[in-house]
Amino acid sequence: MPFLSEIFQHFLPETILAVGVMTLLLIGAWRGDKGFALVDELAVALLGLAIVSIVLSVKPDRSVFEGAFMDDAFARFMKVLSLGAALVSIILSHDYLRRAGLEKFEYPILIILSTLGMMLLISADNLIAFYLGLELMSLALYVMAAFAREDGRSSEAGLKYFVLGALSSGMMLYGASLLYGFAGTVAFSGIANAVSASAPIGVVFGLVFVMAGLAFKMSAAPFHMWTPDVYEGAPTPVTAFFASAAKAAAVAVTVRIVITAFPGADQQWRQIIVFLAIASTLLGSFAAIGQTNIKRLMAYSSIGHMGFALIGLAAGNEIGIRGVAIYLAIYLVMTLGAFAAILAMRVEGKSVENISDLAGLSRTNGLMAFFLAMLMFSLAGIPPLAGFFAKYYVLLAAVDAGLYPLAVVGVLASAVAAFYYLRVVKIMYFDEPAPHFDPSPLAVRAVLALSTISLLVFWIYPTPVMDAASVAAKSLF
Amino acid sequence: MIIGLTHYLVVGAILFTLGVAGIILNRKNIIVILMSVELILLSVNLNFVAFSHELGDLTGQVFALYVLTVAAAEAAIGLAILVAFYRNRGTIAVEDINSLKG
Repeated sequence: MPFLSEIFQHFLPETILAVGVMTLLLIGAWRGDKGFALVDELAVALLGLAIVSIVLSVKPDRSVFEGAFMDDAFARFMKVLSLGAALVSIILSHDYLRRAGLEKFEYPILIILSTLGMMLLISADNLIAFYLGLELMSLALYVMAAFAREDGRSSEAGLKYFVLGALSSGMMLYGASLLYGFAGTVAFSGIANAVSASAPIGVVFGLVFVMAGLAFKMSAAPFHMWTPDVYEGAPTPVTAFFASAAKAAAVAVTVRIVITAFPGADQQWRQIIVFLAIASTLLGSFAAIGQTNIKRLMAYSSIGHMGFALIGLAAGNEIGIRGVAIYLAIYLVMTLGAFAAILAMRVEGKSVENISDLAGLSRTNGLMAFFLAMLMFSLAGIPPLAGFFAKYYVLLAAVDAGLYPLAVVGVLASAVAAFYYLRVVKIMYFDEPAPHFDPSPLAVRAVLALSTISLLVFWIYPTPVMDAASVAAKSLF
Repeated sequence: MIIGLTHYLVVGAILFTLGVAGIILNRKNIIVILMSVELILLSVNLNFVAFSHELGDLTGQVFALYVLTVAAAEAAIGLAILVAFYRNRGTIAVEDINSLKG
């Protein structure tokens, strides 16, 4: 029997969040909405503490709780990404919530609960832990999408997300029941043993259903239809959280399931992943061309980026997983930077969301135009910005694994996608100025500047991210 | 006739299909969608319990209990969001969820 303290050491970040969020709930219940600022700051501190407890810990990889919870380098890498994204989205949201009259203490609590769900999801090592983590994440996200409850668009976004999310959870769960029945166990390693020689047809059915549910959570085409509507309708900081932390967790668990539970069925899952990757990259690049709302544009952009992350997964080897990890890290920085810019789009106290509102930004606010242009170049994958290296590593892995058609589609799709990113830059630099934006709060400006600078720094000094990603990828094999 | 695993799985598959069809084909009322979601989760529970009995392994029944719990939480959140939506729009017809185009 292992000692409790030994297990606890592997479960420390989750414990910090779980105990912390209960305390915050008590503070919120006691102080009411007057306690918002306190709860908000404590929430940032909790997330920071959880990140520190992961980064500073030196411990071997280990599975705890009877094989339900896996603490390995891959999980730690992905958890730091999710926690970091959650922390930045809380910081970004403060000013927005105050202006929108949404200073309710539930907001940071919901973010932490959802982040806790993501961490359990990333570490899940059997189907039960996987399902419970996924639901803890999703249930909090449904409420957050409908958080502006006086606003018809927000509650409609919440309702759409809920209905489609519940459908996808149901499909995923049906797949999980088939996997349990035909493999005879819920543990990922047990499923891997059961399919090591040949995959029974029941397991393949289960795999397809689980993949459909996961593709929905990642918003990979053809399960993307909710994404543009929910991104447009939900409050902007909530959208930032959806596009960053939630995606990282969904991709991480997909990688873990495919690599640890189905190494013997690689013919079957590779077909699914390749199809999802091609559909997402193409849809992400073509459907975004006609968009006028910048949040919808970011929705299609995120669908395309998920397609690229899946290209790395399709390779299915260590280089591919390293590519996915690097891709997600860089994607998160780019997305949070872009959403900081969207939050800064405010005219006379009202948020504006049309791409045409950015017209002539270089003349009214040169610095913001420069930062946003750099972010757009990086999203398009133009060297020497980090977005180029992200695409480079996943495409390299695909070529390495002999998936040439997939790599060619990826390159072509990113060329098409460059069109709409560059159009934003053209509108900012060459069109007649639209009305001035209001001065934006310090937090928003800082996130915008820091994200752009880190995208430039990655070119000069990529070592820390690369090393961490290599260790993370190695721990899965 | 002996009722075996296959029969349970067929009933589970039929219920699952009915649930998915109820979500996709329904054009009237969002409450019906919530009912369809419950139907899907119950079909999954039937599968789990049938497999659990067949395999002689309790894990499936434990999973079914967790699913029941989560289904209750999900229904509560769904109804709460539906109430918020109704207050804004004054309707819960599926055709009227259309202010966000897509």
